[in-house]
Amino acid sequence: MDFSLLAAAAGGEGGAPAWAMLAYLVAGVFFILALRGLSSPATSRAGNRYGMIGMAIAVATTLVTHDLANLVEILIAVAIGGAIGVVVARRIAMTAMPELVAGFHSLVGLAAVVVGFGAWLDPKSFGIVDGAGQILAVSRIELGLGIAIGAITFSGSVIAFLKLSGRMSGAPILLPARHVINLGTLAAILGLIAAYTLSPQGGAGEGWMVLAIAVLAFIIGFLLIIPIGGADMPVVVSMLNSYSGWAAAAMGFTLQNTAMIITGALVGSSGAILSYIMCRAMNRSFISVIAGGFGADGGAGAGGAAREQRPYKQGSAEDAAYMLEQAEKVIIIPGYGMAVAQAQHALREMADKLKEKGVEVKYAIHPVAGRMPGHMNVLLAEASVPYDEVFELEDINSEFAQCDVAFIIGANDVVNPAAKTDKSSPIYGMPVFDVDKAKQVFFIKRSMGGVGYAGVDNDVFYMNQTTMLLADAKKMVEDIVKALD
Amino acid sequence: MDFISILSIFVLACFVGYYVVWSVTPALHTPLMAVTNAISSVIIVGALIASAEAASPIAKYLGLFGVVLASINIFGGFAVTERMLAMYKKKGK
Repeated sequence: MDFSLLAAAAGGEGGAPAWAMLAYLVAGVFFILALRGLSSPATSRAGNRYGMIGMAIAVATTLVTHDLANLVEILIAVAIGGAIGVVVARRIAMTAMPELVAGFHSLVGLAAVVVGFGAWLDPKSFGIVDGAGQILAVSRIELGLGIAIGAITFSGSVIAFLKLSGRMSGAPILLPARHVINLGTLAAILGLIAAYTLSPQGGAGEGWMVLAIAVLAFIIGFLLIIPIGGADMPVVVSMLNSYSGWAAAAMGFTLQNTAMIITGALVGSSGAILSYIMCRAMNRSFISVIAGGFGADGGAGAGGAAREQRPYKQGSAEDAAYMLEQAEKVIIIPGYGMAVAQAQHALREMADKLKEKGVEVKYAIHPVAGRMPGHMNVLLAEASVPYDEVFELEDINSEFAQCDVAFIIGANDVVNPAAKTDKSSPIYGMPVFDVDKAKQVFFIKRSMGGVGYAGVDNDVFYMNQTTMLLADAKKMVEDIVKALD
Repeated sequence: MDFISILSIFVLACFVGYYVVWSVTPALHTPLMAVTNAISSVIIVGALIASAEAASPIAKYLGLFGVVLASINIFGGFAVTERMLAMYKKKGK
């Protein structure tokens, strides 16, 4: 390689030197490997390391190929951010993971907006100017889109964070004519991006247009998320994950940076696929989730009519312990209630006791259990439940017919047979666990009052083989553990 | 690079993303979100350029602010992913 040529290119404006472009490509490949590693828990940690290596390569390459005059300030900025990040990551409770991820998404969004404005103020350093010093038309589109998507990601994630952390009510907030307002705002953003692209002057002349794009996008991010209810948050968090990727990709186009483009595409598709998986697991269309309002009027349908008093059987921790001990096979179905009660450690203790007595214990997890994709798996892993005892819906659903006890803790809608039988139910068509096939069902629930998120009554409460254990999930499981001794 | 080359990389990367993400085991979907969050902070590259070149003082401080935001995400995202992944254990270990 001709190093003198490379060195000369390194000082140039616009296009990065060839070796730097290769380095960014290598960083992009490391990011692909990072996601590939997650195909199994055994390879996942190596994958995370690949991600770190990729990031180190990308950052080092950028620093080396640019003016190092502000290196000290940059290192201070990295140190401040890094320290905050590490402290938060160490301290956060596993149950708070959904709001942490939402909070992190908001930072990516804001960073995209900041970078967009930086590129707009200093287009020459970003190599996006033509001969006359004007920002290129194609770069204007990319900048406009990057700023808009970043701003939507930011304000949307802030709302998701507030809702998930309980600082704001999880109930949908429905503005009148919200669809008209949203579509109008969206059209205005696209119109402004077009106007900005076509306007003859470059630079600060159209400052108001770029600012208006950012402000409108902040507003629409807010408007898009407030009508969406708490239990639809898995979809929202995945969707915002996707947006943060598209924002990075748009900035990658502006900077002609392959690492950013590859990452943006990976993260964008990742979030989109997760949203799709969540929607499929609720048998709802993505549009209906995004339109919002679910859970606000859920009880008005057949569920509302069915809410008469029906007889149910209530049991104690001792009853449950006795039946669990006698069982050959127990399937545990955790839900959001387990996360709220922090019952995962007590649950694992219970499972250990049962295993000592020769009972086969498995865990069954619904794709939408909890407040984000894979939420229950993380909590069980935190409580040292081996991951090979944890099964997905489609892998375990046929086993309920051979199981002695289905043990439901903090889940509700995901075991509701109305999803299979009642066409008028708001959850009709959602794949659910066939707990009605189990010989015995124990259902831990705080009280008979609340009825799941969808606001639908659940026939499982009233089945002959069901025993309701009405208590706080953690307390009930601890009592069962004591009774097992 | 011309626009078409960049677009080609982007489109192909979307396909790579599609197949790689479908192969992620559902048990690791939460770590997946945390790690994608960390890697999407590669946007720090843009923030670094803005703060390093400093042709405009506002751009420099915006850039430095962006570096702080992205660093929170990079360090926080990888650290929390590492913490989660360390908890996934097989039976009998």
